Amino acid sequence: MMNAAGFPLLSLITWLPLVGGAVILSIRGDEETVAVNARWTALWTSLIVLALSLVLWVKFDPREAGFQFNESLAWLPHYRIAYKMGVDGISVLFVLLSTVLTPICILASWDAIQTKVREYMLSFLILETMMVGMFCATDFVVFYMFFEAVLIPMYLIIGIWGGPRRVYAAVKFFLFTLTGSVLMLLALIAMWLQAGTTDIAVLMETRFPVGMQTWLFFALFASFAVKVPMWPFHTWLPDAHVEAPTAGSVILAGVLLKMGAYGFIRFSIPMLPDAAQHYAPVIWTLSVVAVVYTSLVAFAQEDMKKLIAYSSVAHMGVVTIGLFTFNEQGIQGALYQMLAHGVVSGALFLIVGVVYDRIHSREIARYGGLADRMPAYALLFMLFTMASVGLPGTAGFVGEFLVIVGALQVNFWLALLGGLGMILGAVYMLYLYRRVVFGTITKDDLKHILDLSPREWAVFAPLIVLTLWMGIYPSSFTGFFDESVAALVKHHHAAIASTVKLAQGMTH
Amino acid sequence: MVYAIAVFAPLVGALISGLLGKAIGDRAAMGASVLGMLIAAICGPYAFFALVQDGHSSTVDLGTWMEVGKLHVSWSLRYDPLSAAMVGMVSFVSMLIHVYSIGYMSHDATRWRFFAYLSLFTFAMLMLVTADNLAQLFFGWEGVGLCSYLLIGYWYEKPSACAAAIKAFVVNRVADLPFAVGLALIFMVFGSIEFSTVFANVSKHTADSYHLFGRDFPALEAIGFLLFIGAMGKSAQLGLHVWLPDAMEGPTPVSALIHAATMVTAGVFLMARMSPLMEFAPCATAFVTIVGASTALFAATVGCCQNDIKRVIAYSTCSQLGYMFVAAGVGAYQASVFHLITHAFFKALLFLAAGSVIHAMSDEQDMRKMGGLAKFIPVTCAVMWIGNLALAGIPPLAGSYSKDAIITAAYLAHSNVGSYAFACTVLAAFLTAFYSWRLLFMTFHGKSRADHHVMEHVHESPLVMLVPLLVLSVGAIFAGMALNGWFIGHEQEHFWHGAIFNNPHNEIMHHIEHAPLSVELAPLIAGVLGIALAWFMYISRPELPAIFAKEHGGIYRFLLNKWYFDELYDRIFVRPMTRIARFAWKIGDATIVDGVPNGLAAIAAGSARQAVKLQTGSLAAYAFTMLIGVVVLVGVFILFR
Repeated sequence: MMNAAGFPLLSLITWLPLVGGAVILSIRGDEETVAVNARWTALWTSLIVLALSLVLWVKFDPREAGFQFNESLAWLPHYRIAYKMGVDGISVLFVLLSTVLTPICILASWDAIQTKVREYMLSFLILETMMVGMFCATDFVVFYMFFEAVLIPMYLIIGIWGGPRRVYAAVKFFLFTLTGSVLMLLALIAMWLQAGTTDIAVLMETRFPVGMQTWLFFALFASFAVKVPMWPFHTWLPDAHVEAPTAGSVILAGVLLKMGAYGFIRFSIPMLPDAAQHYAPVIWTLSVVAVVYTSLVAFAQEDMKKLIAYSSVAHMGVVTIGLFTFNEQGIQGALYQMLAHGVVSGALFLIVGVVYDRIHSREIARYGGLADRMPAYALLFMLFTMASVGLPGTAGFVGEFLVIVGALQVNFWLALLGGLGMILGAVYMLYLYRRVVFGTITKDDLKHILDLSPREWAVFAPLIVLTLWMGIYPSSFTGFFDESVAALVKHHHAAIASTVKLAQGMTH
Repeated sequence: MVYAIAVFAPLVGALISGLLGKAIGDRAAMGASVLGMLIAAICGPYAFFALVQDGHSSTVDLGTWMEVGKLHVSWSLRYDPLSAAMVGMVSFVSMLIHVYSIGYMSHDATRWRFFAYLSLFTFAMLMLVTADNLAQLFFGWEGVGLCSYLLIGYWYEKPSACAAAIKAFVVNRVADLPFAVGLALIFMVFGSIEFSTVFANVSKHTADSYHLFGRDFPALEAIGFLLFIGAMGKSAQLGLHVWLPDAMEGPTPVSALIHAATMVTAGVFLMARMSPLMEFAPCATAFVTIVGASTALFAATVGCCQNDIKRVIAYSTCSQLGYMFVAAGVGAYQASVFHLITHAFFKALLFLAAGSVIHAMSDEQDMRKMGGLAKFIPVTCAVMWIGNLALAGIPPLAGSYSKDAIITAAYLAHSNVGSYAFACTVLAAFLTAFYSWRLLFMTFHGKSRADHHVMEHVHESPLVMLVPLLVLSVGAIFAGMALNGWFIGHEQEHFWHGAIFNNPHNEIMHHIEHAPLSVELAPLIAGVLGIALAWFMYISRPELPAIFAKEHGGIYRFLLNKWYFDELYDRIFVRPMTRIARFAWKIGDATIVDGVPNGLAAIAAGSARQAVKLQTGSLAAYAFTMLIGVVVLVGVFILFR
């Protein structure tokens, strides 16, 4: 289990949270002691994991397009399936996104979760292991196992610590995502039969027959499209978000939604280039519908979390447009939008959580005039609102802009309609902001509502820094995936060109 | 270096005032903000005059913004005559408005917030005008949009202010999308969005075409149209103007700064900045001319019937922006920038003077409840006269130079659109003079119509508000005379130094001083007639307007209701969108999209209940079923192998 550097860093980052989880399990004492210790253990574990992942950030060589920090361990040698880990420019930042958001989530749950704290923290640590493992896996089978395993802790978090309709939401979440996964398993087996291995690097170089690519593409699509979620497979998301506890929503929007898009760029696009190219118009159509339709639906919402959940679907529509433009600006824009959305929508769910913790309502009409009593809150809400609508200088702009630039190279209408989110996003977000923050206070209990506490500041501080940093100096992030995306684009166009040549050869 | 200080001093002021305002108190926050602006107002004009002296354009590089494949975008400040002139004007006018606000906002509870927004706005505007690439321009472009939203909604307890703020942001966004797409198209055609690269390669791409609506368009035309739609939103041109009058919900200094002197001129600036490209897009520029001319006339007609003092001036702004676009459209970008600068002085003056009136009248804005104020607030009255004289283009005040140049340029275009623009602008000049003097007469002259409680409290504004007014008056009187030679006169080519490009076939700028006398006199005559008519209707026979409104009720209501644009948009955009949104949610999402999986679940549950019945407990039945299963499986395997 050694890599070139001689140290299995990725495995350590992946499995360390489980060790923390084991420690939490071993805590003895009355309920209060267990709760306090569980919180601190979880926080420290996630912070150590974060520190380790920062080593990754520093040591990662962005000039290298392929996988780094590789680890390999013979697992099922007979079937040529191995425990393989590694990160390239595309995945490394998602590992960081996961490790950054986890401590934030734990901190955000500090007071909000009062029942079964031990189990809650344990679930979050397991979730972290699964997320990080999924982004690090360089073997399809390993990926598949992590990809599926993510469901379990998330299912528990929604189902146990959620709102009144939590069981419905949790089961819906589970069934939707699981249905897609079955088809992905079929695709996995077929690809293994064809290539003889499930090593992702090898699969990328394998040329699957064009006919086979089509059904493989749709099998994978079934799984990834639900996860993204793409329209019309998105209805599990608002329910899951509404019922999930705040931190659950943060991690769901921040990382879990990225799994689908990550799947597209890791598997569908590089391994099935012909099918991806051929069916790209389908993806574009669904994405444009997602952008316009869900933005409209978001506008009609009366529940803050639902509104932001729908806005997530719209933002992910921009991501899928970008991925399937197959050019550097589009794909980099999509990746950037994924990262930015992870930070910004996570922050927005936390923003909702702040007032939910105080008033215990997510209904928009329940609020109004918060600016008077909560100026700092109003400021942060404005910052993240603006980031969400893609104001230049914030994280949200760069991705959206690059996707428009990328999309225009493909089709004018794709760029214009895909960009409609710019307008509609402003409409529903500002409308939300107006109803919650502006106006005068009419409800009695809002007259004494408290502004942000130090703990809440600590939760938001990293997100504020990231939102502005990603907006003002995006090169420090795009630099990571520049080479990998360039290689991907080159690989894609070479594959398409060879198919065309082949087809011409056959007709002559 | 001085130049960079001019741009960033307001940002520092904004940050200190905004982030520390609560802690350090209103006075310190205001101090920081005004100090930042003072520094900017010294450095900005200094940098401008220094550039005029040595004529050495350059760029200040600040770092990389985006680096994606071929797309390279940097943070940098462009230092050429166009940018420097804008920096000088923006920083100077903004400084005066900051000072004025000290007095105007003195009773406000959260002054630190106001000054933070104001300074932040100035910074965004400065970033816009000093951009060296289109993305940074877009940064400033959206930044001023945000600040405008914040400032219009400054009194967030008022529902009307919140609505106006959202309207402003969203209407601007509607225009920003085509702008962003145009930007992407520039990248696609030129492989860069840096000004220097784009401008240097325009001639290579004149023959490029872009496929759209099923046919091929010249790519440069497509770019020109898309960018202009962006400009239409920011500069409140016909169709996308609806946000500007509502923006008067903000405090008056905001109206002066944003909705008169600076932000709304961003679109005009964009046209001038992109002149090397626009000059090769004849259809787009013709469209610019038509829209500009129509706006100039449309807004002037509406201005004649408004009763809110700020709204009159707001429509006047809208109309004057139309003039600037006419100039840009016919290729006289120099004249449009010249008018932009002179307009900034007298329009800021008019708004601030209106603020002084409102201040004196205990926050009354309806001119029907004013009248005869001249003897109570003589200084305000005097500066208002100066501002209106400049606006109406009475020589030798500032407006006469720039406005006449635009009307002459429209005439000299010798084209159909040029003639249309000439007719519209002359007619608008008549209406401009009319509504300006209507405003003066209704406010300052004749008999007072206010109730005596208000009249008892009428007072002249404090010195801190009057001094900026006086300084702006000096600008409104002399800016035209002083800058004429540089901007459009014989020194113009030397002055602009290539910052503005004119197609070699476009000789308007050479002939602008040699137009027929009748053309040169046209706006003056129109202006004098307008003043005369206003005098006749509001001083000589004050009963006339009411009679007119009664006899021609249709026309009157049409103008009073601003051509029913708001109602129209409400019908075709706002209400349907609300309805579609609810439909999409309740029917689309909850019933159809979600109905399928929920229905499937119900079917599954139902069939499970049926399936239970299959479990008879008979071993033989199970065995038989299994056998069939095996046969089918093997069959499938053999058939498809």
